[in-house]
Amino acid sequence: MKMKRLAAMALAGTLAAAPAMAELVIPDLSYRTGPYAAGGTPFSDGYQDYFNMLNARDGGIGGESIRIIECETGYNTEKGVECYESTKGEGALIYQPLSTGITYQLIPKATADGIPIHTMGYGRTSAANGEVFNWVFNYPANYWDAASVMINYLLEENGGDLSGKKIALVYHNSAYGKEPIRTLENLSEMHGFELSQLAVDHPGQEQKSQWLQIRRERPDYVLMWGWGVMNQVAVQEAANIGFPMENFIGNWWAGAEHDVTPAGAAADGYKSLNMNRIDANLPVFDDIRSLVHEAGNAAGDGSHVGSVLYTRGMYAAMLAAEAIAKAQEIHGVSNITAAQLRDGMEALEITEARMEELGMPQVGPAFSVSCENHGGSGLGIVQQWNAADGQWVALTDYIAPDDSVIDPLVAEDSAAFAAENGIEPGCL
Amino acid sequence: MSADFLYGIEVIINGLMAGVLYALVALGFVLIYKASGIFNYAQGVMALFSALTLAGIMSGQVPFAHLINAIFGTEIHYFGWEVPVLAAIVLTLVVMVVFAWCVQRFVFRHLVGQEPIILFMATIGLAYFLEGVGDLMWGSDIKTLAVGLPQGGSMFVENATSGLGGDDFYGFFIDKLDMVATVVAIILVAGLIAFSQYTKQGRAMRAVADDHQAALSVGISLNFIWVLVWSLAGLVALVAGVMWGAKSGVQFSLSLIALKALPVLMLGGFTSIPGAIVGGLIIGVGEKLFEYLIGAPFLGGATENWFAYVLALLFLVFRPQGLFGERIIERV
Amino acid sequence: MLYREAGDFKTTYVADSQTFPLKLDRIGFWVTLAVAWLVIPFVINDYWASSLLVPFLIYAIAAIGLNILTGYCGQVSLGTGGFMAVGAYACYKLMTSFPDVNIMIHIVLAGGITAMVGAAFGLPSLRIKGFYLAVATLAAQFFLVWLFNKVSWFYNYSASGQINAPERFVAGVAVTGPNTPAWAQYLICLFFVTICAVIARNLTRGTIGRSWMAIRDMDIAAEIIGVNPLKAKLTAFAVSSFFVGVAGALFFAVYLGAVEVGEAFGIQKSFLVLFMIIIGGLGSIFGSFAGAAFLVLLPVALKWLGVDVMGWPTDLVAHFQLVIVGALIMFFLIKEPHGLAQLWRLAKEKLRLWPFPY
Repeated sequence: MKMKRLAAMALAGTLAAAPAMAELVIPDLSYRTGPYAAGGTPFSDGYQDYFNMLNARDGGIGGESIRIIECETGYNTEKGVECYESTKGEGALIYQPLSTGITYQLIPKATADGIPIHTMGYGRTSAANGEVFNWVFNYPANYWDAASVMINYLLEENGGDLSGKKIALVYHNSAYGKEPIRTLENLSEMHGFELSQLAVDHPGQEQKSQWLQIRRERPDYVLMWGWGVMNQVAVQEAANIGFPMENFIGNWWAGAEHDVTPAGAAADGYKSLNMNRIDANLPVFDDIRSLVHEAGNAAGDGSHVGSVLYTRGMYAAMLAAEAIAKAQEIHGVSNITAAQLRDGMEALEITEARMEELGMPQVGPAFSVSCENHGGSGLGIVQQWNAADGQWVALTDYIAPDDSVIDPLVAEDSAAFAAENGIEPGCL
Repeated sequence: MSADFLYGIEVIINGLMAGVLYALVALGFVLIYKASGIFNYAQGVMALFSALTLAGIMSGQVPFAHLINAIFGTEIHYFGWEVPVLAAIVLTLVVMVVFAWCVQRFVFRHLVGQEPIILFMATIGLAYFLEGVGDLMWGSDIKTLAVGLPQGGSMFVENATSGLGGDDFYGFFIDKLDMVATVVAIILVAGLIAFSQYTKQGRAMRAVADDHQAALSVGISLNFIWVLVWSLAGLVALVAGVMWGAKSGVQFSLSLIALKALPVLMLGGFTSIPGAIVGGLIIGVGEKLFEYLIGAPFLGGATENWFAYVLALLFLVFRPQGLFGERIIERV
Repeated sequence: MLYREAGDFKTTYVADSQTFPLKLDRIGFWVTLAVAWLVIPFVINDYWASSLLVPFLIYAIAAIGLNILTGYCGQVSLGTGGFMAVGAYACYKLMTSFPDVNIMIHIVLAGGITAMVGAAFGLPSLRIKGFYLAVATLAAQFFLVWLFNKVSWFYNYSASGQINAPERFVAGVAVTGPNTPAWAQYLICLFFVTICAVIARNLTRGTIGRSWMAIRDMDIAAEIIGVNPLKAKLTAFAVSSFFVGVAGALFFAVYLGAVEVGEAFGIQKSFLVLFMIIIGGLGSIFGSFAGAAFLVLLPVALKWLGVDVMGWPTDLVAHFQLVIVGALIMFFLIKEPHGLAQLWRLAKEKLRLWPFPY
């Protein structure tokens, strides 16, 4: 926690309440409480720590200091709306809503208000079509990419042929969990594998029926779109029925340390996707430790540095910071507006060299954003849990999705949205 | 025997096991409702809180560390010791007894004689309160509960039965944790019944359940009995929390297991301990079998949550007081 | 002009049996209405509308609905979330199937559809009573949520199962969709709240309301004196569900604009609305408002106090929020078990005797 006495913080709080001019305001809609707190805490820590590090090291971005406004949503849509409304008046530049429900809420609202949203690997997949969703960005990858990356990985494992294989999808019975179904159905027709779908109702404490079904049907692979307690229970139940863990692949929200540790050694070998590489020794972490944590400004207790979701939060902050720098460059002003930041995001280009320079080599794939494509490259890696060492090990390099399957789906879904809402597709 | 038939039996066996786990949660509700007429919404949160406390004590976590650090600017998280399982369980039980006393002393003592809905409401307040306190005390991350419970399917059962069917049958799957849970539940129920039949306090407890005023007039201390009942409910909550927490880690969602207990209560009746057990078994088997036969093949799955309630509802239409509930006698 | 009956003469029976017998109450009521209708729309901004007032008004409608069922007719229901979902999905299907019809009509029709669904799920109440009924209504809750999640016809086959409210206009002003001005959002909710409150108040004063209360107080006795329990219970379920359905439709179309059924209308919503009426006061229209205000405004106020004023870390504030809300609920119940409405009633009693209490 911010290691100062609360009394001092109270004073600082009242002083900071007066709107200070010429700052880059970044709201952080975090969820450190509620059923998904274990996932929200490290993400938010990483997100804030990176901006704090920029403030301490470079004096912000382009000479403008960054002010983070944290607002607790508890993953609850109504609280998310309250957070959005209470922070947008402060001159918020970019929102990272961090929940499917809040994202769907904010897409129309933020579009009307002219504030960009970055939904990194979650939210509405068809927002990749920037001509319909001018203000929404979901680079570097989305759920349909994830489904395709998984299948491509399995194709590679099986020498390019999945025909006759049985693949089961265990999914959270919600908007989030249903995302990959259409893509997987198309892929199953294309590659000739048999897809079975097993829904798990929220919250997912009790999954005996689903795993007994998997035990009966003996699929070759199990894919999972899980979240919250569902992940821990699924990993445990898979181990219980003796399902080979190396054939069990979760998506990138089902692949953090806390998803596997409750199952202990039984979770060894479980695989998941990731959109960012994890490496506890990235040079940028040294800066964060020395400039932020030792100065007593850590957003959390500092224990998550280097974990999957901490790294992802920091990666998200990096993408935002780079977009801000880009916007400053395009518009020639340092104190940019939300609309200018949108231009920066649309012109964003992340290269290997730039990531190296930032002290996080290969943390994500190199990609560039354009008006037509807000979705980035869609690459993902497959990682595997090593229970003995207690860490995730990357198994592959970045794997590309099959764009020939996903692009038509994105076009179809975004066209339906445009028609329903009377949007004329086009670039701003 | 055909594989499908055997798998049906497997589903029934697993349903019975799941039913035991539901019954464990339902027991806590029954204890309190019987003795004081309070429908304790906070039972699920109590399970969460007790499991959190057990995990926290075992790992030597400093309670309220986050709050202390924020106020005093310190940086403490752990005492640096680990407490053995049994000692930690005893300490947790002490915490639950203190909690029971506080609940009685500061809340329900002031609400004696109120309508059931008011008492119910108070337990909702209690649930909020306890949830907040649990988070403040132990933090909101997921905790691993390593109390040495076995996990995984029993290979013994699987190998012994795999010859029953054809090639499509792989033997019965029975989770070792479920077996332990069943044994623990039997011991717990036997213990509770023995306690209420053969001890002085147990008899006093039944007297209170029968008639508050008559019990009071023969010199039974209502306050003591209620603290006792809440402590017992705390014990049951701890057992339920450990069994469920062993599967998923101890985390917020543990408090939602109360929802699994409600159809069990409807079916078994709010006032009957055997009812909770039988109700749990019926619900467990019913929902698993429905999902196996109808839900997953025809309705797209995930039907268990609502089917448990519909099943209980069907029973209730024919027996409005639940299977083992006290007969409702209505007079004008 | 003190707060009392003395000097306030009534010359007709109609005047004598009016809702607010005291002149000051009448004035207060009209002033509140005037402020709500004529002042607030001109000063409201986005934050006040979408964070506080609109949710407050919508929850007030839902609370009035549930209060009719639970407070007036004595049937405890935990299916409110599911019935709100019926209202929301009915509204969505109507909005997308008949885009040319006015949204106000859709909202009312959505309420009507919910009323029918509610009456159907009310049938078990004829046999099941008390807490057993409460748990039985949970069957409706879980089944409806599952249904809306499963059957893709309800969400027009969209990929994720979310429903989005398209833009609709009333008198040329957008009332749904992202371009809705704050005042329009507020006024459409206020319109429905006002109508619903007036209808509810008058229903509960009339024959039908009295038959509900007779059933609540003792259903067998009521049956003996000639109240038809089938009719009373089912009308209570239907009327209550109508209000809840209207609240659900507004919740989806005007307030959130996009919902996912499990998240927005889950079991938590049912409990939340039940908490509102118990805290506010069972069997009181004013209590429905008070309870909704308490549970909508208090968390926001605590958050503002903790985070913005005191500068505490957000997660600590969120935990304290739970502790404080929980403690306050228990405190209120101990001090006044019959809710905020009873506190208000007692305060008015005291005021009538002031300054010479006996």
